[in-house]
Parts: sequence; structure tokens; C-alpha cells
Amino acid sequence: MSAGVGVDLENLWIRFGDFVAVRDANVNIKGGDFFSFLGPSGCGKTTILRAVSGFLEPSEGNILIGGKNMKGVGPNKRPTALIFQNLALFPLMKVWENIAFSMEIKGASAGERRKRADELLEMIALEGQGDKLPSELSGGQRQRVAIARALCAEPHVLLLDEPLSALDLKLRQHMRTELREIQKRVGITFIYITHDQGEALTMSDSIAVMRAGVIDQIGDGKTIYNDPATPFAASFVGENNVFRGKVKQVSGDRVLVQSNRSGELLARVSTANVGKMKEGDSAMIFIRPEAFELARTGTEGDHYVSARVVNEEFEGNVFNIFMEGDGGKEIKVSLPNHGQSFDSHKGETMTLRYDVRNAVAMPAGVLATE
Amino acid sequence: MPRFLKDFLNRNGTGPGLVMLGLVLFWTVGLIILPQLSMLDFSFRPNLPPPEMGGPKDVYTLENYKYLVYGPEGGSQAYNAVDLMVFFRTLVAAVCVTVFNLVLCYPIAYYLGQTKGNHIRVLALMLIIPYWINEILRAFALRIIFGETGVLNTILTGAGLFDTPFDFIRNDYALYAGLGYAYILLMIFPIYNVIESLDHNQIEAARDLGAPWWRIHWRVVIPYAKPGISSGCTMVFMLSAGALAAPQILGGPSSLWFTQLIYQQFNDSSDWPQGAAYAVVLLVTCVLLVLGAMRLFKVNMGDIGK
Ligand SMILES: Nc1ncnc2c1ncn2[C@@H]1O[C@H](COP(=O)(O)OP(=O)(O)OP(=O)(O)O)[C@@H](O)[C@H]1O
Ligand SMILES: [Mg+2]
Repeated sequence: MSAGVGVDLENLWIRFGDFVAVRDANVNIKGGDFFSFLGPSGCGKTTILRAVSGFLEPSEGNILIGGKNMKGVGPNKRPTALIFQNLALFPLMKVWENIAFSMEIKGASAGERRKRADELLEMIALEGQGDKLPSELSGGQRQRVAIARALCAEPHVLLLDEPLSALDLKLRQHMRTELREIQKRVGITFIYITHDQGEALTMSDSIAVMRAGVIDQIGDGKTIYNDPATPFAASFVGENNVFRGKVKQVSGDRVLVQSNRSGELLARVSTANVGKMKEGDSAMIFIRPEAFELARTGTEGDHYVSARVVNEEFEGNVFNIFMEGDGGKEIKVSLPNHGQSFDSHKGETMTLRYDVRNAVAMPAGVLATE
Repeated sequence: MPRFLKDFLNRNGTGPGLVMLGLVLFWTVGLIILPQLSMLDFSFRPNLPPPEMGGPKDVYTLENYKYLVYGPEGGSQAYNAVDLMVFFRTLVAAVCVTVFNLVLCYPIAYYLGQTKGNHIRVLALMLIIPYWINEILRAFALRIIFGETGVLNTILTGAGLFDTPFDFIRNDYALYAGLGYAYILLMIFPIYNVIESLDHNQIEAARDLGAPWWRIHWRVVIPYAKPGISSGCTMVFMLSAGALAAPQILGGPSSLWFTQLIYQQFNDSSDWPQGAAYAVVLLVTCVLLVLGAMRLFKVNMGDIGK
């Protein structure tokens, strides 16, 4: 198999008429990485992928694959293979013909093509199914055939446009592991598009979080989850509670915020925003549901929150408590289930404690809307 | 009662269902099958004046069919060369018109089917509107274009390409153009219909895998469009083999279309049995040709209906 090569987007702008679909994207993707673009529907993910595969000319900026500028190189001449959101298998060709289509173009004999297709079928655990039509396979099997068809072209970069979105939950989770394994085995660069943060976090070496054509943050999963750069990234990736307020005091990477509802809260300034917050600014603090623990009722301090419980639910592995928060949104607290008994506290005021390192502060901004 | 019938009645209600069924039956049996059967019957009878019909001379005979092959009894030639020539020329020409039409219409249908935007609707309208004009007027319009002092000749001689006007009509160019043009829509629309439902991603997927444009058509688009192509070709072939107006108006004086022979027998010679026999031969041959072509290109009967 061919080794993965890097992909660089330099000052990439893509416009459709007056509408800016991608705004000044700068991304360096290392060769052999599993890189994800994560963002809500319509934020420009597919557009970026189409530009990388060559179906769309960027309005400005460059796309480099393996260091080579791709300007003017057609999709059939790029070392990329694209897996479409709806797979786009050829319905009238048998599975093996689908897989070996790229070899047919290069003029390989039927024998060679069949042999290679059978090898790939074995790799995707579909031995002996080569003579079926795509319509005779299950969704997950079709998925794997699409991957095999793309891999057969021996691309240096595999581009995947939400390939799992059509599958049911179980299969989706299974395919995550499988995709990751295939990627490790073939060693080429994968660029993966998804709006599902679970997929991005579990599979990727690196993630770019996108919002309305803008890339908010690039980093590995842990960084994105624990140290978000923008309110959008903080609220889009995983669940998060937001506390709004005004900066009261800054010292180093610690900031004291006078929150609208929960008194003074101490938090850590997220890495990307160190030095950007000053007294009097509007600020947001994000604390994840699992970062809280119960404290003695009535305790006060800069890392305690007290609020009235409005709802409770038992989810199996966690016990969720919903408390009155600011801006009409509830504060969600997830307490791990260690087999202890959970008494109902509905209507009561409870006090929660958090570790300051787990409370991330940044200048106020746009949140992801659910 | 068979299942499909019961389903049909359940879906539409017994009353309306029966009415619909009755109308369809009346249409197929009363207006298509019975007249055709009576034509078939005619073709096996001698041409008798009305008083003698049903009389002792009115017996089944193969006379009319023999006439097409051997000509009049006691005739000078061993075969009816004139009529046979016309017959084969008609079939070959109809095949040519069909192929020509396909080559012309496939790109148009592909473009219409795979391009998005409002201008597509305008283009489709521009294709359709000329067909509001009746067939005969359209044929005469082509005569004006192709005639000796017609538009085309004026342009060509004016531009110095020809010294003397070219006789498009005597050389049958006008006829082929007319026949081709007459059925363009019947070729474009079935193909357009299937191509429109082809997922554009498949074309892009083929391109992404390295395919040049001709291979994309050969391996992805054409196989997908095959039902449309076959139904278009069938209709154009059948209709041009059976065309009458275009050959009458645009055909050269020396070249006859087989339908014109049939028309002459019905109309000018009042020999209905002979005309019926010719018509039956044309119909059966066309059907056999179509079935043969379908087998050759591995098309199912069900595909034609798509
Ligand atoms: N050909 C086009 N012409 C005009 N606007 C377009 C075109 N293609 C995409 N857009 C716009 O660009 C934006 C981004 O589209 P894109 O398909 O990249 O979204 P996406 O992030 O892939 O969304 P999804 O998750 O729903 O697939 C959308 O607002 C869309 O309306
Ligand atoms: Mg998309």
C-alpha cells in the first residue's frame, strides 16, 4: 500500500456567489494521520472535502497534497479517493467489479482485477461475496465495499464524507473501530468528516472543529474536549454547562468571574485565550456535567455552585441532576453510579463543588445551538 | 378473483375500480385488438366486390402475401423486386433514423437530466413547443428549409460552398431529417427520465476513481440509462417504419416508403386485403426486429415500460 502523504490547506477560501462557505482555512494534516473535520450540518465540511478531491476549485488559497500544489489538477488525477456520504456504489456492477473499477480504467485484465478484488474482499471480511450486486448487501457491508473500492485505487489520501451516517447506532459504533483498524493497516492519510463528536473523538489523531465556514480549533481529541478554544467548540463537543458573567480579576491563567446567577466562580483560562481576558469583559465558564461532585449544602466559595434541583433522571451508568441555571438553561450534573443509593432532592437547593482545573473560562461568544 | 385484481379494487374502491377496468378493457380490446384482428382476417381474403363477400369465392388464401414476394401472377419478373426493395429500404432507413436519433439525443438527454437550474426548463420547453404544431405543417416547414430554392440552399450557395443548389429532397436527406426530427422527443424523454434519476455522485465517484468521461458514460451512465434508451429506440423505430406524412411530403419522387405502398393499396387501389397483408408483414417484421434487438442488448420487456 502507498504511504500516506500530508495535506495542507493554505488560506483557503471557498465562495458560492456572495456566500462564503469556507473562510480562510489553514490546516496542516500529517501524512498517515486520521484527521477529522467536526462541525454541525451546513458548516462547510463537504465543501472542503470536495475542494481537496478536486471537484471544486477554491476561490482563494492553495491545497497541497504531499507538498504538491493541486491547482488545476482534476479529480481523476489526484492521489485522493473519496467515499461519498451516500457511498455511490455502482448499482449495476457486481461487488467485485465495483471494487476493481479503478484497475479497469488502468487497463488491468479481468483476472488481475478479480484477484485484487478478492484480496480486498478478504480484508473487509466479505470473502465470497464478490459476485453479488451492491443491493444484495447489508448497509454495513456496502459501507465496507465502498471503502475497498476507494482503497483499490491506491490513494495516498482517503477522504470520507460522513460515511457512517446512514447506519444504525450499533453498526456505527462497530464501524468506528473497524475504520480505525483499516486505517492503521493501510497507513494512508484519512480525512474524515462528521457532525458526530463521538466519532471524531474515538477515531481521530487530530480534529478540526468547524463553525459556519470557520475553523475554530485544531487539536487532538483530549485537547478539544478538555481545553476548548472557543465557546462554540466547548458547547459543540460533548455536553457542557455554561456560566455567564463578567471578569472580576485575572491572575496568570486563573480568572475570577462574577457570574450572573452563581456568585463568584474561579476558573482556568483556556490555553488559546490566556492573556486575552481582562477585568470587566464578558466571560463564559464551561464546566462539564461529570466535573461536579456533591458538597455539603450551604458551603460557599469560589468553586462551589448552589442551585435548586428541578429534575432528576437515572441513566444507568450515571445519575443526572438538572438544576436551575442562568439564561433559561439548566445545569446538568452527572454523578457516576457506584451502586450507592440516590435520594431524590427535587425542589431542594443543592451545593456542588468543582476542581478549578476543570472549569474552562474564555471570552463570551457564540454557542452551538442544539 | 386473482390477487392483483382484488388489490386493485380495494385500492380504488369497487365502483370506480370496475369503471377504470372496463375502460381499459374497452380500449385495448375494442379499439386495438379487435380492429387488428379484423385486419389480420382481411389479409387472408381475396379482394372481392361487396356483393360477393361471404359468398362461395370468399375463402382464406395466401394470395396477398405471395404478391409481396412474387408480384402479380404471370408477371414478367420472378420476384416483386419493386415492393421488396421498398420494404427493405424502409426497414434499413428506419434503423438508421433510430441510430442517428439516439446519437443525437443521448447527449441532449444527459445534459438535461444531469444539469440543475432553471435554464433546463426553458430548454425542455423549447424542445416541446415545436410539437404543438401539427406533423404535416412541420414536414412542410422542413420542405421550405431543404427545397431547391430553400433556406439551406440559399445559404450554401450564397456562401459559395455549392455552385448549384443541392437537391436535398431527391437525395432523401430531407426525408431522414424530417423523420429524425419528428420523433426526437420520443427519444429524448425516456432517456432523460432515467438519467435524471441517476445519482450524480456515481458520476463523480467514477471520475474520482480516475475514469475519463467516455468510460463514465460507457460503464456508468449508459448501463443505467439502458431502459430509457431501449424504450426510446423502440418507439422511434416503430414510428419511423410506420410513418406516412414525412415520406409523403419530404420523400423524393423516386423513393417510396413501405407505408406509402400500404396507403396506395387501401386508398388508390381499394384493395383492402392486399393493404392489410402488407401492413401485417410490416408489423410482424418490426416486432421481430425489436425483439431480436432486445435479446441482443439483453433488455427485458419490463425495462421498455420504464
Ligand atoms: N454548489 C453550491 N452552491 C451554493 N451554495 C452551496 C453549494 N454547495 C454548498 N453550499 C452551501 O455551503 C454551505 C456548506 O455546505 P456543505 O455541503 O459543505 O455542508 P456540510 O458541512 O457538509 O453539511 P452536512 O453535514 O449537512 O453535509 C451550506 O450552507 C450550503 O448551502
Ligand atoms: Mg456534507
